Amino acid sequence: MYTGVPTVKRTAVYVYQTPVRIWHWVNALAITVLAITGYLIGSPLPSLSGEASDHYLMGNIRFLHFAAGYVFLVGFLFRLYWAVVGNRYSHQLFTLPFWRRAFWRELVHELRWYAFLEPEPRKYVGHNPLAHLFMVVIITVGGLVMMVTGFALYSEQTGPGSWQDTLFGWVIPAVGQSQDVRMWHHWGMWVIVVFVMLHVYTAIREDIMSRQSLISTMVSGWRMFKDDRP
Amino acid sequence: MATTDTFYEAMRRQGISRRGFLKFCSLTAATLGLAPGFAGRIAEAMETKPRIPVLWLHGLECTCCSESFIRSAHPLASDVVLSMISLDYDDTLMAAAGHQAEAILDEIRHKYKGRYILAVEGNPPLGQDGMSCIIGGRPFLDQLREVASDCQAVIAWGTCASWGCVQAAHPNPTQAVSIDKVIHDKPIIKVPGCPPIAEVMTGVIAYMLTFERLPELDRQGRPKMFYGQRIHDKCYRRPHFDAGQFVESWDDEGARKGYCLYKMGCKGPTTYNACSTVRWNDGVSFPIQSGHGCLGCSEKDFWDKGHFYDHVTDTRVFGIEANADAVGIAAAGTVGAAITAHAAASAVHRIKQRTGAQHTEDEQA
Repeated sequence: MYTGVPTVKRTAVYVYQTPVRIWHWVNALAITVLAITGYLIGSPLPSLSGEASDHYLMGNIRFLHFAAGYVFLVGFLFRLYWAVVGNRYSHQLFTLPFWRRAFWRELVHELRWYAFLEPEPRKYVGHNPLAHLFMVVIITVGGLVMMVTGFALYSEQTGPGSWQDTLFGWVIPAVGQSQDVRMWHHWGMWVIVVFVMLHVYTAIREDIMSRQSLISTMVSGWRMFKDDRP
Repeated sequence: MATTDTFYEAMRRQGISRRGFLKFCSLTAATLGLAPGFAGRIAEAMETKPRIPVLWLHGLECTCCSESFIRSAHPLASDVVLSMISLDYDDTLMAAAGHQAEAILDEIRHKYKGRYILAVEGNPPLGQDGMSCIIGGRPFLDQLREVASDCQAVIAWGTCASWGCVQAAHPNPTQAVSIDKVIHDKPIIKVPGCPPIAEVMTGVIAYMLTFERLPELDRQGRPKMFYGQRIHDKCYRRPHFDAGQFVESWDDEGARKGYCLYKMGCKGPTTYNACSTVRWNDGVSFPIQSGHGCLGCSEKDFWDKGHFYDHVTDTRVFGIEANADAVGIAAAGTVGAAITAHAAASAVHRIKQRTGAQHTEDEQA
């Protein structure tokens, strides 16, 4: 029986600070551009005809890839800085409570929730353990691998003596040769594509089915809980 | 036998004019990327410095490095440098044979201890106690270690000595290894390529003689002057790559017009060598110029990097032959299907829960 304006009160916590939210959406855009242009660098579009001086298609695609790569790098460094100065949830991306038993127990609980074996999930202000694990492995470790291999490949054109070569040039002989670095960089792209699919799906599903808000949280920063039970 | 002649004396003895000699010096300076003034220094070094003895050993190899070397575009380079080497030891080129030839190695080792250069073509197989390559009745591995122990520096000619090349390709039955796996205490200059470009080979020797030091090397021990850039960086077809103009099949319009061979599996973007600048056979051409992609012959393990005609190459990393795109698209498809199924199951589950909750509320009411 509804009468007039609903007056349900909900608990909300401010969890994602503005810089974290801006970083999330900039990063999402950078990853999208990187994946599309990266794929087109590996498998270019159908050949254009005419004179070479009439076109700069591959050049533009590569420029977009490198520009987005720099955005990703700068964003990552900023995010690292924010993990230090931000609130207590801001360093979850770079830390994993690997030795805490409760983390793994709750991770199993979360997996069981996804397998329809638990009636309801637990509530989390920050990431749930499953999301936490994925974020650290894919965004932090995966992102580092992509940046290191990516800038190693980039150093091939900036040449010996450039800062890219000084910092990342060692990767090429360490991995084998240039072709191997390309291959791993390409594999990394597919890992991230699969992650993005899972990430978007679970964010929508959790927003509907879990006991807390997700998508609006990454816009407003406020985590809203749908009940006040523990 | 080893002598202490200068290069210039050896050249003159071979009937080379002074004018020809100076031309060689200028050309070498240009090849090494040095200022014009350095031609004089090269000439002076060649006139005054005693020739450095070079011992040229052959392990498991096909002699393509020697074949390339004796076809150096500038005939003087091969004549002069090669005459010096053949005087000392090179078992495929020298006149001496048998015990006499092998005795030269001992003589040079003792007479020029720490002052001779060891050039190695090919590599040692470690399997079967090194029995897959026997020189003078002994494993090549022993000869290599012995001669290397007293040398000043080692030149690794070609991809065999530098990386292992075809004999070290999967499954490598003789366990052939690059020479830096068995020589650890001497500076090694890698001059990879299958074979290396002749002018690069003579250039490296001329540099070492003139400046009495090793050329500047990159992280992997290759002279920066010849291996500092990729084929792709100086390729004359590069504008077509940047424009997005590619050969799509061997007989298409793009192939006739000389478009970029990237889609045909050209390894120019991953290969460090001087082919696109120095070129081959007196600067006549190089593979890409004749319409065929680069195979990446100066790169490590280039035999095991998948198909020569694919850009995104197959990989055996995960025990199957598949390229990243094939596996990636399959994985994305599978995960997409799984997500759809899970979403449907979630929806059904939620409806059931809702109706369940409704019933409970109704019963309570």
